[in-house]
Amino acid sequence: MTVYVSRDSASVSVGADEVAATLERAGVQVLRTGSRGMLWLEPLVEVDTPEGRVGYGPVNPEDVGGLISSGLLDGSAPGLGLVEELPWMRTQNRLTFARVGVIDPLSPDAHLQYGGNVGLQKALAMEPAAVVAEVSDSGLRGRGGAGFPTGIKWKTVLGAEGPLKFVCCNADEGDSSTFADRMLMEGDPFTLIEGMTIAAHAVGASEGYVYIRSEYPDAVATMRAAIEIARAQGWLGDNILGSDLSYDMHVRVGAGAYICGEETSMLESLEGKRGMVRAKPPIPALEGLFGKPTVVNNVLSLGAVPQILAKGAKAYADLGVGRSRGTTIFQLGGNIARGGVYETAFGITLGELVNDLGGGTASGRPIRAVQVGGPLGAYVPVEQFDLPMDYEAFAEAGAMVGHGGIAVFDDTVDMSWMARFAFEFCAAESCGKCTPCRIGAVRGVETMDRIRAGEDREKNLLLLDDLCELMTDGSLCAMGGLTPLPVQSARRHFEEDFTGKDLAR
Amino acid sequence: MTGLAPSAQVVAAEECARAAFAEHAGDRGPLMPIFHTIQERLGYVPPEVEPVLADLLNISIAEVHGVRTFYHDFRHSPAAHTVLVCRAEACQSLGGQALMAYAEEALGVDKGEVTPDGEIRLEQVFCLGNCALGPSVMVDGRVHGRVSPARFDALVGEVRST
Ligand SMILES: Cc1cc2nc3c(=O)[nH]c(=O)nc-3n(C[C@H](O)[C@H](O)[C@H](O)COP(=O)(O)O)c2cc1C
Ligand code: SF4
Ligand code: FES
Repeated sequence: MTVYVSRDSASVSVGADEVAATLERAGVQVLRTGSRGMLWLEPLVEVDTPEGRVGYGPVNPEDVGGLISSGLLDGSAPGLGLVEELPWMRTQNRLTFARVGVIDPLSPDAHLQYGGNVGLQKALAMEPAAVVAEVSDSGLRGRGGAGFPTGIKWKTVLGAEGPLKFVCCNADEGDSSTFADRMLMEGDPFTLIEGMTIAAHAVGASEGYVYIRSEYPDAVATMRAAIEIARAQGWLGDNILGSDLSYDMHVRVGAGAYICGEETSMLESLEGKRGMVRAKPPIPALEGLFGKPTVVNNVLSLGAVPQILAKGAKAYADLGVGRSRGTTIFQLGGNIARGGVYETAFGITLGELVNDLGGGTASGRPIRAVQVGGPLGAYVPVEQFDLPMDYEAFAEAGAMVGHGGIAVFDDTVDMSWMARFAFEFCAAESCGKCTPCRIGAVRGVETMDRIRAGEDREKNLLLLDDLCELMTDGSLCAMGGLTPLPVQSARRHFEEDFTGKDLAR
Repeated sequence: MTGLAPSAQVVAAEECARAAFAEHAGDRGPLMPIFHTIQERLGYVPPEVEPVLADLLNISIAEVHGVRTFYHDFRHSPAAHTVLVCRAEACQSLGGQALMAYAEEALGVDKGEVTPDGEIRLEQVFCLGNCALGPSVMVDGRVHGRVSPARFDALVGEVRST
């Protein structure tokens, strides 16, 4: 009888290691998996039964003895029931995350047994241009934030001449309330390797890098171990799966700089330089890492590719709305009752995610605002909860989907403080290359402090508008260019927090 | 390291830099991996490594210095343990800001500083990827979720005694 406990760092952050150790001390055989993504249930313990896995959670180490004596091991103890029948699981459409939480992340046999490498095998039997066409036809757009069509990017790299090309995976995932990249790398690293290998074949690259932020040591360790295993399996190296593709890849670790998630800054960092943003053109597809043609894609973009190849472009493109095709992985965080990852087609509304699935706030107080798309994303009020998750619908509403992270705030939030924080964050993380961002962010903090202190409020609010306009129009990249988005959306929707008395608490 | 005379410290730093360089000789653009290796071994990246690395990598000292000081992670002084408190938005919605204030008070230092006994470095961090289980804290590379002030004290107590 196998018992499953997640080894994902979120699960471990609330005691999964201790629960697993307690089970093992009681003589139970424990298999460590990724997390199902129902993080409010962690540590979640699952047990095989003839009907499927049943779940118990959250489990404390102290609960383990009692659970075992009431029938944990044959699944007869009262608990959550069949895990895959829980509403959170049943209503998802798990493509990229199909194996996460199910298998031992570092078992190559499990990868194959659960449908891994099917996409790779298909791709290797196709001409590179046909693989690119398949990705284009799927409608896949970059999941890192900008939503650029992946197929177009790949086509540019395929068309670029040169003996050396690179595939670089952006795993810098610096946005608050995003953790799906991390969970895929920790929970199913072979899927990312497979996606990058398909990309290498499609564009003619021989070398790949995964740039992982240093705040993710477990993801770094898991990816490194998976790459070693993949080499031993012949999934990386020369003549992959008997084809004429030769491709190998490496993990590189960031060093606590948010800006290194911007693709050109990431490339500079990979080259061993300061993470200064490069002016475009040239675009990385033509002159990227060490000046060579380079694919830069987010973890989730590359993670979607194996399924697209395995099931066909059409199956993927059939999902979603408008120009947002396929599924994406939404991440519910902050003050939320049921937080975690949820993979579904674009088009689900913000309210469905936050209220129906997320269950509202953890504090039990009313929701006041959510921030969608990370620190450069807009604050959205409850009145807009019928917005569908769709790149264009969000853009029209003056917001952005970004990497799909949603941070929830209850009615105790002070929105002028959050606006101040947006500037503070920008000031701390700016690469310093251009003045509107480097100086503007510092001015923004000062201006917000004056507004909050009630000094010359009218004048300072006008100054704030000017500053935001300057940063939006004059910044070289979206760090300075989008910092006004959280600021001005907070202002627009929660004016009272900027004009009321005694704001500085 | 702290017990050694300054000159011995310099020698140790230079040796560490040479060893790290040799280990990453096959890497493309090896400076970041080299710095990480040095930091793993010494607990920080001392300025003394700059001329050695500039020489070995055939780049200017200014460039090596620029990289060392650009990244928040490459610390400028040693500390036995590193405590990161998340101040990003999702954790703020659950009291991350108050937790940082508590951490500063409990440790008697401001963020960015090391306790006088050289034991604990307190730093802010913007997201640890644990945003559904905040407020989050990382202690020596391990993430902890739903950290209350009492839990914070316990976590610090655990590393202090080891
Ligand atoms: C300040 C800033 C931070 C960014 N951070 C990330 C990140 O952490 N991960 C990511 O994939 N993309 C990030 N991006 C977007 C990248 O520049 C780039 O668009 C993306 O990696 C391309 O991959 P995709 O097309 O698959 O999304 C960031 C952009 C900016 C301006
Ligand atoms: S906007 Fe900010 S982060 Fe972007 S290039 Fe300019 S200074 Fe650097
Ligand atoms: S915001 Fe604190 S862990 Fe992500």
